[in-house]
Amino acid sequence: MKSIILIAGTRLLVALLLVFSVYMLWRGHNEPGGGFIGGLIGATGFVLYAIACGTQATREALRIRPEIIAMVGLGLSLGAGLIAGLFGDDFLTGQWLFIGGSKEEGGFPLSTVLMFDVGVYGVVMGSVLAIVLALEEEEED
Amino acid sequence: MATNDTTGTRAFSAAGILPCAISLALFVWFAGFLPEIARGEVLRFSVPWVPSLGVSLSFLLDGLGLTFALLITGIGFLVMLYSARYLIGHVHHARFSLYLTSFMLAMLGLVLADNLLVLFVFWELTTFTSYLLIGFAHSSAESRRSALQAMLVTASGGLAMLAGFILIGTVAGTFELSEIRAMGGVLRDSPMYLAILILILAGAFTKSAQVPFHFWLPNAMAAPTPVSAYLHSATMVKGGVYLLARMHPSLSGTDVWLWTLGIFGAVTAVFASVVSLRQTDLKQALAYTTLMALGTLTLFLSAPGSYAITAMATFLVVHSFYKAALFLAVGCIDHQTGTRNADVLGGLWRPMPVTAFAAGLAALSMAGVPPFLGFIAKELLYKGALETSTAILIVTAAFAASAMMFAVAGIVAFRPFWGSGKRMDPSRPVLGEAPWPMVAGPLLLGIAGIVFGLAPEPLQSHVVTPIVASLLGDPAQAEPLLLWTGVNTALILSLLTFATGIGLYALHLRIRAGLARFSEVAPDSDVGWDRFLAGFVRLANWQTDILQSGVMRRYLMTIFGVLAAGLVFGMALSFPDLSQVALPDLLPKHWAVFLMTLIATGLVAATRSRITAIAGLGVVGIGVAMVFILFSAPDVAITQLLVETLIVVLFAVAALRLPNLPRRTEVKSRPGDFVFAVFVGTMIAIVLMSASSGPIDLRLSEFFEIASWPEAFGRNIVNVILVDFRALDTFGEVAVVAVAALSAVALLRQRPRKGPRA
Repeated sequence: MKSIILIAGTRLLVALLLVFSVYMLWRGHNEPGGGFIGGLIGATGFVLYAIACGTQATREALRIRPEIIAMVGLGLSLGAGLIAGLFGDDFLTGQWLFIGGSKEEGGFPLSTVLMFDVGVYGVVMGSVLAIVLALEEEEED
Repeated sequence: MATNDTTGTRAFSAAGILPCAISLALFVWFAGFLPEIARGEVLRFSVPWVPSLGVSLSFLLDGLGLTFALLITGIGFLVMLYSARYLIGHVHHARFSLYLTSFMLAMLGLVLADNLLVLFVFWELTTFTSYLLIGFAHSSAESRRSALQAMLVTASGGLAMLAGFILIGTVAGTFELSEIRAMGGVLRDSPMYLAILILILAGAFTKSAQVPFHFWLPNAMAAPTPVSAYLHSATMVKGGVYLLARMHPSLSGTDVWLWTLGIFGAVTAVFASVVSLRQTDLKQALAYTTLMALGTLTLFLSAPGSYAITAMATFLVVHSFYKAALFLAVGCIDHQTGTRNADVLGGLWRPMPVTAFAAGLAALSMAGVPPFLGFIAKELLYKGALETSTAILIVTAAFAASAMMFAVAGIVAFRPFWGSGKRMDPSRPVLGEAPWPMVAGPLLLGIAGIVFGLAPEPLQSHVVTPIVASLLGDPAQAEPLLLWTGVNTALILSLLTFATGIGLYALHLRIRAGLARFSEVAPDSDVGWDRFLAGFVRLANWQTDILQSGVMRRYLMTIFGVLAAGLVFGMALSFPDLSQVALPDLLPKHWAVFLMTLIATGLVAATRSRITAIAGLGVVGIGVAMVFILFSAPDVAITQLLVETLIVVLFAVAALRLPNLPRRTEVKSRPGDFVFAVFVGTMIAIVLMSASSGPIDLRLSEFFEIASWPEAFGRNIVNVILVDFRALDTFGEVAVVAVAALSAVALLRQRPRKGPRA
C-alpha cells in the first residue's frame, strides 16, 4: 500500500502525534494524560508510519528496536522505585525536587514519579510497536 | 570428564585459584572460632529481613554448625584444589568453579542459619546448585536425567519441609532455631507434632537419600568426581542429617521419632551396604557406602543416649574424612588409568604409591581398624547401640553395615592398588602419579584419619563435645573418644566385625555374582521413578488436551462461561433485591450512545466481511469510550479510545488475509452462541445495575481527592493513583505488558523468515 497522499500526510501527522504524546506524558500529573496514554499515542504515530511507509522504514525511523525501548522503560520504572531506597523510603515512594523554590513558591518540579511515568511510556510504546511490527512483518513474508 | 593436560603450560588458572582462596580463607576464619565454641559459647548474629513476618536473617554458630562449617570449607578447599587441576583446560572450568563456590556458600548458609525460613532458602539454593553441578556435563542425556531426578526428589522433600517449618512456626510462635530448641516440650505435646515430624522427615530423608528415596544419589555420580567427593560424601547429603540433628532437641524423644528414624536408618544402612558389595564401578560402590553412612547417622540420631550421639558426632567427622579421600583417590585412578572398573584394576601401588598410601589410610579408617579414628567411631557406635532400648535393631544393623563396609573398603582401596594387575589394559600404560593438587586432598584427609585416631583429644574437645552439647544441651553428656576401653561387648563385636568383613571380602566375587542374579528380579526404584515421571507426563498431556483445545471459540466460551457461572453463584448467595434495580435516568445523549453501540454489535454479529466486523468492534469500543466521557472520566476515555484504535489496526493486519466469515446458516452453533452471549450480557447488566443502585462507599475516593495534591503534588487523581499511590500495581502491569510483548514477538518470529531483517 504505497499512497503518496498517505505518506505525505503521515510525515506531518507522525511528528504531531509524537510531540502530542510527550505533551500528554508531561501534563499527566495535573491534567488528563500520563505515561500510559502518552505511550499509546506515540505508538499510534509509528503504527501509522508503518502502514504508510512499511515496517522496514519504521524500524529505521525508530533506530532502536521496540523491544529494547520497552525493556529500558521497564528499567526506568524499576530504577525510579529503587531511588526511594537511597533516601531510606519504601520501594516506589515518590521523591521530589523543586528547582528554584518550594512547591508553594512555584518551583519547577522534578520527581521519580515522572521518571516512573516515562518508564511506563516506554514500556507501552515499545510493547505495542514490537507486537504490531512483528505482526506486519509476518504479513509481508 | 574431558580433561586435557597438554593445553597450556600453566598448572593453574584464575578459575581454579580463586575458589581455593575463598574456601581456605573461610576455613581459617571459622577455625578461629574453635576455642570459643570449645568453651561452650554460642554465637548469634541477626539482622531483620522481613520483620512483618517475623523473619530475620539470623545465623547461629554452635558446635554442630561450626563442625559442619569447617568440614564444608576444609574439604571444600581440598576439593577445589583438586578440581583446579582436574578440570584445567576444560572449556567450562570457570563455570564449574562458580557453581562449586556457590554451592559451598549455600551449604554454609544452610548449616549456619538460625531462622528456619532462612535455612529453607539456603536448603533450596543447595538443591539448585547441585542440580547445576550434577548436570555439569550437560551434553550427556544421562547427566541431565540424573540432575533433574536429584532436583525433583530433593526439592519436593524441601517443599514438605517448608510446610513443616511453617507448622513449627505457628506452634512455637517463632522461627528462630535457638528459641525453638528450648521449646521441645511444646512441640512434642502439640497436636501438630506428627504432621511436623512427617514433613520434616520428608525433607531430611530425601536430601540424605534414605530408602526409599535413595535412588537419586548413585545416579548423581554422573557428576564430575570432585562434585561427588564434595556434595555426595561430605556436604550436601549430610544436609538431611544436619536437619535431623538440629531438630533433635525439639522433636526427638518420642516413640515415633525413635522407630521412624531407627527403621529408615537401619534399612538404608543394610540395603546400601549390600548393594555396594555388588558394584564393579568404584565410584558407584562408594556412592552406596555413602548411603550406608547416612543410614547409620540417621539410625543413631533415633536414639537419645549420650553414647549414640557421641558416636553420631564422631562418625560424622570420620566419614567425611575417609569418604572424600576415597572419592578423590578414585578420581585420581580414573584420571590416570581411564577406568574405574574394580574387576580390571590392580597393582597400582607401583605407579601410584602416594595415592595408594592415601587411599590405604582412608580405607583402614573406613574399615574401622585400630588405631584409626574409624575404629573409635565404630566402638562408640556399638556402645551407643547397646545402650538403647532398641538395641537389637541398631546393633544388628550397625554390625551388618560395618562388616560389609570392611569388605567394601577392601574392594575399593585394597584390590586396585595391591590386587593382581593382570587384567589391566596393556595398551594403555598407567600415567604414574596424578598431579600434586589432586593427590594432596586424599593424602591430607587420610592422614587426618590416623592422626585424630592416635590423638583424639583435640577432636573431642573442639568438635564432638560441642556437637553433643548442641544436641543434648549438656557438654558433660559427651562420652570419651578412646582407642582402648578394655575388653567389653563393643570390642568383641569389633573383632567379630573384622572376621566377618574378611570373610565377605574373600567371597565378594561370588557374593557379587549372586547379588547380580538377584537384582535382575528385584524391583528397581529407579525404573519406578521413570514410570512415575512418564505417568506424570501422560497426566499433563491428558489435561492439556482437555483444557487447551486450540480453538478460539472454546477458550472464549470457557472464559465467559466461568464469569457467568461466578455471577450466578454470587447472586444466588447474596440474594440482591432485584425489585430495587431500576433503570437509571438516561438523557437522550445516553440513549444515542447506547443505540450506536447496540447497532454496531448487531453489525459485528451479522456481517460476513471481516473488515466490517473489525470496524464494528471499533465502533463498540468508541461507544464505551463515549460512555466514559459522558460520565466525566477523561483519562479512561482517552486510553479506551487509543486502545480501540490500536486494536483495530492489529486486527486488520492479522485478519485481512483470512477468508470471509462463513455464512450464518453454515455454523450450527450460532443460535447457542447467541443465547450464551445474551445471557452473559444480561447477568453483567443486572449485577452492575444492582451495584450502582445501592450506596457507594466513597471513603477511598475521598482520600485520594484530599491527599492527591498535598501528598503527591498532582491534581489528576487518576494519574497520581497510577504513578504514586498504587505505583507497585502499575509496575506489575507494565512488567506484564513488556513480557507479553516479548513473548508475542518470540512467537511470531518462530517461523523461518525469507527476507532480510532489520
